[in-house]
Amino acid sequence: MAVSRTEVWQGGTVVASRALTPEIRRIEIEVDDPGPVDPGVHVDVRLTIAGERDRRSYSIVDATDDGRRIALSVYTSPASRGGAAVMNALAPGDRLELTRPLNDFPLRPGADRYVLIAGGVGITAMVGMAASLRARGADYRVLYAGRSRPLMAYVDDLQRIHGERLSLHVRDEGTSLSIPAVVDGIPPGTEVYVCGPIRLMDAIRREWMRRGRPVADLRMETFGNSGWFDAQEFTVRIPATGIEARVRPNQSMLEALEAAGADMMWDCRKGECGLCEVRVLGLEGDIDHRDVFYSERQKDARSKMCCCVSRVVAPAGGSAVVEIVTS
Amino acid sequence: MQQTVTAKLLDHPRNAWYVAAWDHEVGRKKILARTVAGRPLALYRTEDGRAVALADACWHRLAPLSQGTLMGPEDIRCPYHGITYDARGRCTSMPAQETINPSALVPSFPVVDRYRYVWVWVGDPALADPDLIPDMHQMTDAAWTGDGLTIHAPCNYQLILDNLMDLTHEEFVHSSSIGQKELSESEFVTSHTDTTVTVERWMHDIEAPPFWLKNMRDKFPGFSGRVDRWQIIHFEAPSTICIDVGVAKAGTGAPEGDRSQGVNGYVMNTITPETARSSHYFWSFQRNYRLDSQLITTQLRDGVHGVFGEDEAMLSAQQAAIDANPDYEFYSLNIDAGGMWVRRILERMLLAEGRDHAPAPRRGAQLVR
Ligand code: FES
Ligand code: FES
Ligand SMILES: [Fe+2]
Repeated sequence: MAVSRTEVWQGGTVVASRALTPEIRRIEIEVDDPGPVDPGVHVDVRLTIAGERDRRSYSIVDATDDGRRIALSVYTSPASRGGAAVMNALAPGDRLELTRPLNDFPLRPGADRYVLIAGGVGITAMVGMAASLRARGADYRVLYAGRSRPLMAYVDDLQRIHGERLSLHVRDEGTSLSIPAVVDGIPPGTEVYVCGPIRLMDAIRREWMRRGRPVADLRMETFGNSGWFDAQEFTVRIPATGIEARVRPNQSMLEALEAAGADMMWDCRKGECGLCEVRVLGLEGDIDHRDVFYSERQKDARSKMCCCVSRVVAPAGGSAVVEIVTS
Repeated sequence: MQQTVTAKLLDHPRNAWYVAAWDHEVGRKKILARTVAGRPLALYRTEDGRAVALADACWHRLAPLSQGTLMGPEDIRCPYHGITYDARGRCTSMPAQETINPSALVPSFPVVDRYRYVWVWVGDPALADPDLIPDMHQMTDAAWTGDGLTIHAPCNYQLILDNLMDLTHEEFVHSSSIGQKELSESEFVTSHTDTTVTVERWMHDIEAPPFWLKNMRDKFPGFSGRVDRWQIIHFEAPSTICIDVGVAKAGTGAPEGDRSQGVNGYVMNTITPETARSSHYFWSFQRNYRLDSQLITTQLRDGVHGVFGEDEAMLSAQQAAIDANPDYEFYSLNIDAGGMWVRRILERMLLAEGRDHAPAPRRGAQLVR
């Protein structure tokens, strides 16, 4: 069971790139240093976005047995922070730098039953998990939710492989996921894996906790890149140091603060660890909490944010400003 | 053609069941810390008696969970900052926060209680099929009784397998108990399958050495005279060796299958690699006569314990000599046939796991787990 947080960088060559849906592109890469690809792993890719070096995480959808050729799916959202555009522009023959597979979302053996819930591009993390559960003869179901069928990648493959175990929930077709019903229908002893937009994860978590279900049975993958609102530009100020920064829609608050010279502490940069926490002194607008670190109660208090992923949105007609204290 | 490399330090397969402990060593009073196949484990039982093996390193700062506390029906709490995990290694609470980091978990390893042992699988859990546990039914079968102990041997596990696959060493190492010169003089027959190796040796019409004379007299009071003696060594991959041993009154048909005029024991050995240079050697001596006598059980356990102490001394001296002479190689003799087939099987298991024969260097060997 690979649970590896040890980063090992390697090179890779793009060998194929094609659009699966208008918003999702499949990119296949031949890596220089192949190794085992366990279900649920992702790679971090080094990108240069608007002249600056950065990195993005992408789940591995599938891979050849020897791990030499891996496939990623890149989702371009309206709120994309620029990484997708760089990835989408890759063409066969292009070289890039990426990590060996990392795993923060391991599929654990031994549960009586599994339910995988994917929203939108979250399916990329689930394709391999579902295949592995099937291969080991586990009792599992896959729920896949999306806005409309043409926007949902891998539907045909999943139907072919998983048949009755797959249920599709398509908003356009009036078959949206009813989260309370889904949670009610999950028997005890089931392990639930969720990957998708923050709304989906929050909603499932809320229902799960409300029913007092064991927290350990609910596992979520987040790359911290979706929110309740579209990303907007806003201003962040640190009164104690006089630092003020504009946070562009395609940039995180943490990035903007670092660029403005603030000395920031962080670890995961995806809304999990809480190390990048800032305290909110003043707020014009609303906080778009995109982390999984705070509880709903803490989010409602509007007093702290994980600045690596969370944002501020403007009040009607105004501009958004947040004043903070850093730790 | 495959040439078997007599590696002085052989790496161990990971996709295998190894004994982590005797069943009585794993409980709720104390969490047992034990390294199995290079993987430090924290072993305990849930309130309903299920054995649990978690990686002995907390997700947070890697503090050893084995120094922690058992909480509620199945949870274990880290001794350092109090993160708790359930029996599957999933985090159930974190200090000072209302949520749980989604990546928080420690690896938990498949465990099976069988034949008085707790077996653990430290390789790919998807392959952990309990049917692959080697047959040691004499440990629990009502037709057999006995007891054993554990030796913590300061040597590579392969040296112990070599020791058990070739019993000619008894003549020299165990001269006062089970050794005799006929061991070297008699013929032996080696056979193998993909996962097993058998070495069979019969010594006809000989004097019983002291250990066997005593056993004969336990069953046949006042016995004296000559015996037919046998040793049938049965290896099952990766590291279990059960040896069918005994003597019977000479000429009463034991070689043909009638053992009624003799005494029969099974030396049940299963070796768990700990590190490249240390092993847990679990053994028991099971017999099928005078089942009711706890006295004989205890005498046999203590007697074999003394005999195995002689092996332990030799094995540790051998490992020390190997380490002190890094430029010298191993050579093989005809008597090594059984041990060489064992090596061949282990090499193939390692190859199937995409690994080499030699253990990786100590640091960094298992960064990816
Ligand atoms: S850096 Fe971990 S939550 Fe922001
Ligand atoms: S090391 Fe275990 S809780 Fe910190
Ligand atoms: Fe011996």
